[in-house]
Amino acid sequence: MPVEETRIVTRRLREHPEDSWTIECYLATGGYEMLRRALEMAPAQVQDEQVKASGLRGRGGAGFGTGQKWSFLPPGVYPRYLAVNGDEGEPSTFKDHMLIERDPHQIIEGAIIAAYAIEAHHAFVYVRGEFALGAERLEQAVTDAYASGFIGRDILGSGFDLDVVVHRGAGAYIAGDETGLLSSLEGERAMPRIKPPFPAVQGLYAQPTVVNNVETVSTIPHILRMGGEEYAKLGVNRSTGTRIFSVSGHVERPGNYEIELGLTFRDLIEGLAGGVRGGKKLKFLIPGGASSPWLMPQHLDEPLDMDHVTKELRSMLGSGAVMVYDEDTNPVLVAWRLAKFFARESCGKCTPCREGSFWIERILYRIVNGRGRPQDLDLLLSFGNHIVPGLNAPFAQTTICALGPSTMSPVVSLDRWFRDEVLAQCAPAAAGIPVAGA
Amino acid sequence: MKRPPGVPMSQWPSPHGYVLPARPPEEVTVTIDGREVKAKAGDLLIRVAQDHGTYIPRFCWHERLMPVGMCRMCLVEVEGMRGFQISCATAVTDGMVVHTQTPAVKDVQEGILEFLLINHPLDCPICDRGGECPLQDQTLAFGPGESRLIEEKRHWEKPTPLSDLIYLDRERCIQCGRCTRFADEIAGEPMIAFGERGWRTEVVAFPDQPYTSNFSCNVVQLCPVGALTARPYRFVARPWDLGSTETSCTMCAVQCRGSLESTSNHLVRLLGVDSEPVNHGWLCDKGRFYYEAVHSDDRVRTPMIRREGELVECSWPEALAAAAEGLAHARDTHGASSVAVLGGARGTNEDAYAWARLAKGVLGTDNVDAQLGDGLDPEAILGLPGATIADLDRARAIVLLAPDLREELPVLYLRARRAADELEVPLVDLAPVANCLTRYATAVARSLPGGEGHVGAAVARVLGGEAPDDDRLQPLADALAGRTGPVVVVLGRTNLADSGAGVLGAAEALAGVADTSFLMAIRRGNVRGALDLGLAPRFLPGRVALDAGRAWFTERWGAVPASSGLDAVGILDAAADGTVQALVLLGADPVGDFPDRERARAALASAPFVVAVDAFLTDSNHRADVFLPAELWGEKDGSVTNIEGRVQRVAARISADGVPMPDWRVAAELARYLGHAWDWRSAEDVQDEIAATCPAHAEVDARLLRRARDGVVLPLADHRDSVVLEPLRVPITHYSWEPLHPTPAEPSEPDALAADTAEGASDRPRDEDAESTLEDASTAVSPIAPVPALYRRVAPSGRTPTSTRDAYSLRLVSGRTLYDGGIAVSASPSLAGLVRPPRLRCHPQDRDRLGVADGDEVRITSSRTTANATVHGDDGVVAGTCTLAFNVATDGIDAAELIDARAPVTDLRVETVR
Repeated sequence: MPVEETRIVTRRLREHPEDSWTIECYLATGGYEMLRRALEMAPAQVQDEQVKASGLRGRGGAGFGTGQKWSFLPPGVYPRYLAVNGDEGEPSTFKDHMLIERDPHQIIEGAIIAAYAIEAHHAFVYVRGEFALGAERLEQAVTDAYASGFIGRDILGSGFDLDVVVHRGAGAYIAGDETGLLSSLEGERAMPRIKPPFPAVQGLYAQPTVVNNVETVSTIPHILRMGGEEYAKLGVNRSTGTRIFSVSGHVERPGNYEIELGLTFRDLIEGLAGGVRGGKKLKFLIPGGASSPWLMPQHLDEPLDMDHVTKELRSMLGSGAVMVYDEDTNPVLVAWRLAKFFARESCGKCTPCREGSFWIERILYRIVNGRGRPQDLDLLLSFGNHIVPGLNAPFAQTTICALGPSTMSPVVSLDRWFRDEVLAQCAPAAAGIPVAGA
Repeated sequence: MKRPPGVPMSQWPSPHGYVLPARPPEEVTVTIDGREVKAKAGDLLIRVAQDHGTYIPRFCWHERLMPVGMCRMCLVEVEGMRGFQISCATAVTDGMVVHTQTPAVKDVQEGILEFLLINHPLDCPICDRGGECPLQDQTLAFGPGESRLIEEKRHWEKPTPLSDLIYLDRERCIQCGRCTRFADEIAGEPMIAFGERGWRTEVVAFPDQPYTSNFSCNVVQLCPVGALTARPYRFVARPWDLGSTETSCTMCAVQCRGSLESTSNHLVRLLGVDSEPVNHGWLCDKGRFYYEAVHSDDRVRTPMIRREGELVECSWPEALAAAAEGLAHARDTHGASSVAVLGGARGTNEDAYAWARLAKGVLGTDNVDAQLGDGLDPEAILGLPGATIADLDRARAIVLLAPDLREELPVLYLRARRAADELEVPLVDLAPVANCLTRYATAVARSLPGGEGHVGAAVARVLGGEAPDDDRLQPLADALAGRTGPVVVVLGRTNLADSGAGVLGAAEALAGVADTSFLMAIRRGNVRGALDLGLAPRFLPGRVALDAGRAWFTERWGAVPASSGLDAVGILDAAADGTVQALVLLGADPVGDFPDRERARAALASAPFVVAVDAFLTDSNHRADVFLPAELWGEKDGSVTNIEGRVQRVAARISADGVPMPDWRVAAELARYLGHAWDWRSAEDVQDEIAATCPAHAEVDARLLRRARDGVVLPLADHRDSVVLEPLRVPITHYSWEPLHPTPAEPSEPDALAADTAEGASDRPRDEDAESTLEDASTAVSPIAPVPALYRRVAPSGRTPTSTRDAYSLRLVSGRTLYDGGIAVSASPSLAGLVRPPRLRCHPQDRDRLGVADGDEVRITSSRTTANATVHGDDGVVAGTCTLAFNVATDGIDAAELIDARAPVTDLRVETVR
């Protein structure tokens, strides 16, 4: 059965690859019409009847209900801010990259509608520093939108004012964390903050702030176009609508695929991405970015349903980055490479993450280099239990943000699926290293 | 729903204006480990637990810093919340059930310690923290038994200097952020921060800019491991060899509480002790390392007498006899007013009282001044209503009419900064130049030196509710709306190069505002105590004017001066013209420290007989006829009084080498040689006499001072509610990296205090009268002379400055720097290197008018002298004025050479050098 993409957010950039990022193309394809429609409604209507009704959940990784997040803003406290999170740093995730580069106006329109709904007069788009072309196009788009009266004073005669600022990050993974991003926007080190207070209460400059992902914001105009309730009919259970999945690794056709939630991993990997490269067998897959625990071939027919993956499969759909590994892969090597990333990108604030990620990386490095000990895997799990007590999602973490627990995902997955293979790589008498407590 | 076209962003409320809805503090019940405790809603769980006897381990959390949640050591379980919560950032709510001792919590704590230790070197045997290290202690108490890490730890070059005083060992750092938060939140000098990320995270200073702050070494005390070490203490002692005594620092008149530590009769360290009303645990670096001067090789430890033109060592009896004879000779041949005493601010209250009694009661002279022309009229200091330091926190507004606090009273700056910045008290800056508090000021109104009176009056009108007639004060008027509380004027000598009349004029105007009180920003260590106890002309001990106290003190001392005497300027002039025949320098160095060096030199060159009571030979006293060596801070017991009038104990930690004596005993010995026997055996005997004779010090006797935790603010009758009594002063046993938590501060009942005094009397033999209050005692002792009333200032001083000013003139503003040419700095090796060369600074406009560039040499001419100096533009200096630091003995020029103490202002002619 051929599987089809359901192109909503990616439709314009797929159909107009030559100029999808220009305002001319955007206006010619119905752009900013939904903004007019939104401005005719009351902010609360946009929030409740459209976004909340659509069941839209954050596309950044945590999957929190967008309308619900907005409703946490304390009434009567102004100014409020909107921050659009475009600091896409999760390894193998590249959907926001595409949206920023190729459909920046869609982000802006979504951001204006979101700002209107939450009554913010200042929106920030935080773009990962490495997205040079994307930032350039986004800045051009903001300039064009100002010139056309979609941003600025008294937008389209509605009386609503909004300023949009594009801010480029300086290259820290942790700036993609909600509060780390706010710290970075304020000019501080991108270190996550203690919650509570949550950003909705005290966020940017200690004011109520909503932080939404680029894909989330890009979806909002389409929710208005389709109507919230209509949008909610897409998808499955509480996972409504479509999502862009970034498929990478050992597949024939890696790339971004926007599909309706509820299809299966097999639909995505075999139906759209062409299956495992060179006809090889699938060894394992990482379903939602480097932070998510791994899944196995037996999970291919499980549905892409956020709650299902979390509760039944003890993993997560996260940022929607699916990494596929064929039968020739050494899982320990993959785990080490991911651990190295997390050790490098830990911000250094919380002890368990700062020191734990260092230690995990060192031990995996030793195993990869043939100097592993039989007890090393249990040692990893033992102190990993102090980063993620219970070693399970949803995380009961000892750290401020989710980066610390993320470092344990590869280790937990090794233990869950490849314990024998790891132990086989740990030669008991290898290299005469001292064995403490053996 | 359409909203009107929006408010522009510029008119949005300040981001800092957002406050959580204010709720009255309500009491909540929290269950901690099965025990129900009462707490204030919103208080932090870690503090509530600690106040009720449950110690939750922590590294990054500190009472005085914002919670940051970095170390994760204080994780606990809270029922109804998922996983673990950091107790340092969890506010208590009603009905909260907390577990701090469950196996899960223990397991996580052990895990966190294991993480902290994986990159922490186990070099405890050579680490200065070893033995008092929280990481060591908590590893023992909560940690795993052995390491499971076989990987190599991270390595750095160790140690690296952060400044001349501080070394950083990055391997030992556990990234708690205490130091960086102190620098940012408390000192307002974010000069250190975290660099890099992950396990490479390190504390860094800016490239090419060391962490030079007047408060830098507080971070060493805050560091929970041995990562930050202070150069003077590195490898000096092991903590278990130290003995410690709580005392007050007397480097400036804030008198921060500290724990003075010694080993083998050698002072090695001063640690700040958290005193809520005074210093919050902070010290400045000068106070922290002053102890080095006590051990200086330059100390004079033996009496000396001048024989054949040379000072030679002699015995105490010889020296005392010679001094007494010289003083008596002057008195008997030229009259009592031919004797003068300069200084006394360095000593204790007991020293001051003893010398006041010797000078005024025995020698009969009123030519006594503890201030060396750099303070304010004693009438203002003693007569204006006093504020406490803590009043800054709750003030309606703060008026700053003082020199740069960060340089002169450093820890007061921290309090004022906190009030203005964190507590958002409006601050109006009337100082003559931009200073450390300017950036926190609500309004800034500067005037030419001497002209402060007008702007002071304008501020007074605004504080009184009138609309401002000066645009600069509009922000103040706006900020005052809806605020209540007292107005606190921080009053000091803003400029050593003018007479201080302008400041006093402003003070007079401000004193008329309802509910206004004054915090005296006068610098010298115990100057307030010395003035309170009569080391000032026109006053007798206990804040009593000479005439008002005449009968009372005649009865107790036998005599008081017949007429009022001279202040420091007058004494120096009188010494120069021969009116003063015998001069006592009580720890005073007028040549170095008087803002008119020429006058001081002339006086000392002419004075026929000079007695020096000092610990060092200085430019002034090296030609003394008799040199009597004095004990210094750390070597003697007693009490001192700070700027707010708070009396606290200072304690001896070591016994002095050689044969120096405390000043009070020198006075008592001299009195004996002059035929008066004072029956004092210890400083506490003097304290008891002070309590019995000095009206302002009524009831503040040795026993009360031993028991009052935060000392006593004078007069006790007005501040009885703030006295916190403790059973007994105990030595500090745990080194105060951790804030000390004495029993919760309960203001004692007035009755309890009275009852306690009575009860105390039964412990040891005392006069019957002492059991009752002083009023009763006085009537019992003296039916004739009633207790004199404390001095209250009534009439303004009417001096207005006049000057011969021309277009080339810049009016000089001179103030002190923390590290100056004084003996405390030059005798402390660690501080001596911190002196910065002075710069002549003027407004860039004036500099450009001269046609010179920054760093060019100019010639400056005052009525005293002509000198060359390099000039620098600084837009914090008011146009028409220039600034030059005072008493910084670097090559170049010292403002003391330029000033004429009799002139109302000092105008400098500044010319280019061709």
